[in-house]
Amino acid sequence: MTAGKKQKSGMAKAKSKYELRLYIAGNTPKSVAALKNLKKYCEEHLKGIYEIEVIDLLVNPQLAEGDQILAIPTLVKKVPEPVRKIIGDLSNEEKVLVGLDIRSAKK
Amino acid sequence: MSERQLKKCPTGINGLDEITFGGLPQGRPTLICGGPGAGKTLFGIEFIVNGVQMFNEPGVIIAFEEKADELAVNVASLGFNLQRLQSDKKIKIDYVHVDKTQIEETGEYDLSGLFVRLEHAINSIKAKRVVLDTIENLFSGLSNKGILRSEIRRLFQWLKDKGVTTVITGERGTTSLTRQGLEEYVSDCVILLEHRVQNQVSTRLLRVVKYRGTVHGTNEYPFLIDKDGISVLPITSLELNYDVSSETISSGIPTLDEMLNEGNGFFKGSSILISGTAGTGKTSVAASFANAACLRKEKVLFFAFEESPKQIVRNMASIGMDLQQHLDKKLLRFHSARPTAYGLEMHLVDIHKKILDFKPDVIVIDPITNLATIGTMSEVKSMLVRLIDHLQKSPISVMFTALNYSTNFAEQADEGISSLVDVWITVRDLESNGERNRGLHIMKSRGMKHSNQVREFVITDKGIHLVDVYLGPKGVLIGSAREEQQLEEAAGVELKTFAGTRREREIQRKRTVLEAKIASLTEEFESAKDELNRTSQEEDLRKMILNKNREQLTNKRYLNDSGQKTKKRNGKGKK
Repeated sequence: MTAGKKQKSGMAKAKSKYELRLYIAGNTPKSVAALKNLKKYCEEHLKGIYEIEVIDLLVNPQLAEGDQILAIPTLVKKVPEPVRKIIGDLSNEEKVLVGLDIRSAKK
Repeated sequence: MSERQLKKCPTGINGLDEITFGGLPQGRPTLICGGPGAGKTLFGIEFIVNGVQMFNEPGVIIAFEEKADELAVNVASLGFNLQRLQSDKKIKIDYVHVDKTQIEETGEYDLSGLFVRLEHAINSIKAKRVVLDTIENLFSGLSNKGILRSEIRRLFQWLKDKGVTTVITGERGTTSLTRQGLEEYVSDCVILLEHRVQNQVSTRLLRVVKYRGTVHGTNEYPFLIDKDGISVLPITSLELNYDVSSETISSGIPTLDEMLNEGNGFFKGSSILISGTAGTGKTSVAASFANAACLRKEKVLFFAFEESPKQIVRNMASIGMDLQQHLDKKLLRFHSARPTAYGLEMHLVDIHKKILDFKPDVIVIDPITNLATIGTMSEVKSMLVRLIDHLQKSPISVMFTALNYSTNFAEQADEGISSLVDVWITVRDLESNGERNRGLHIMKSRGMKHSNQVREFVITDKGIHLVDVYLGPKGVLIGSAREEQQLEEAAGVELKTFAGTRREREIQRKRTVLEAKIASLTEEFESAKDELNRTSQEEDLRKMILNKNREQLTNKRYLNDSGQKTKKRNGKGKK
């Protein structure tokens, strides 16, 4: 157990599971791009400890209110705390990783 | 209205629908902009609540600034129960929170989330009205201005397509109407709210900056927020077409009525201004007017900005007016307030409400000049214009009193409202011979004959009355000079009658003397006549006696000779 912990800590600060929600509104190019980007980053950095829930607001509009969704696409990191939102097509890998607290901001 | 004309959505806000001739453009966005505390949010909420309560149109409030429950608490003081309306599914409040610290932006995005929420809210209660308060908050939460602008433009278009009437509030910017230039996107209707402080008294102003496709009032209209929400007070209704009455009412001073309209007094529903310097008896004139109305069983509302009701009742009792009886009969109602108690607009609304409540036939406002302490003359004027306008529609007769500060300005246009009133009477001090007297004259009186005289008016313990003018050789006489003249004239009359009787007696006496003289002459004549008569009678008598004697002598002679001879000779002797 202790060895496993150490192994993972090298890759990511967090040891717990990542619960990610991606809000989209229909299959727009931006949504598709965002989901593709997110999956790529997760596979690279959070392999095995992440869970992605895609919520299509066109299907479930009432869910927008709870997470204060405004922009589409929005990625919400519910767990681990703190809650963060990343909006946009997630094309900037650096920003996404910082936003998800996978990597602390450089500079 | 033809179908081609713009359909309007009534706001239910007092006065605003009048200015905009029906309300906001239906199915289109309207921008409400103004500085902090101008009343934008309240405007929006009232628009929604009125929509539900008056027009049965459900509404959605998208709040970017305050949470739903905060909003509910804030407007609860105005009697809006947002919670109940929400549970009744008449209103939906969605609080949109944008926290920059929680948000990371990466790459392209749009605001479909907002659209989705809005659409969901609209659909869930079948809303017809939407308020976005204040959408500009997005700009502080999101950094990509380009996306925001294009999305807001898209949002407005989307709302238009949706056919909901939208109110968007925006914070006033320094160079443009709103900080983010939202007016560029909202092209249909822009309303500007302002909050101006002058002489420590604040006035809220509303102006319709733009209203495409329709006429609208373009002035700045004062409005106020009180416990009933927003009331906009159009400076004047845009038309002058109220009915008039040719019925007349007495001023309460019979001698003043005589100066007007051949003794009939004022027209019913007219506005009368009494102006004058301090202590000239304006309040007394106004009180007699009120008193007369009460005696006619009309209702009078007396706004006193200088004295308390009890003070007025006491003071008027001293000149023979019993106002207390009218108070007891509920024909008279006083409303006393210091002008500084609240702003002008508040006063106006207060007056409006009191009128609505009491439904008087006559109103007295004493004095209007005291209102000037809380506003500039032009503001007071605009307030009075609106008041007179309102009263003339009713029609309620109104009497204002106005204090002139300078004696030289007896003829100044008081507060500039002299052009608005129908009758203008000035009372002033006339100073001469070391005393001050009150003079009254009618400056104007629309549509009726009126005296051009300056009349002296006196206040006695039996009320006010006007004294007939005394035109002496030195001009009009007033005060003790007039009384002197009156006494002098009375003395003259006395002297004249005295002289008359003396002459009469003289004639009488002369006549007596004449008659006596005539009598003595007649006597004299009679005695002369008697004398003359006597002489002629004596002569006749003597002749007769002589004849007799002669006969007797002759007879005697015959008797002496012989009887026969005597007879014959006597006959021959005669031949």
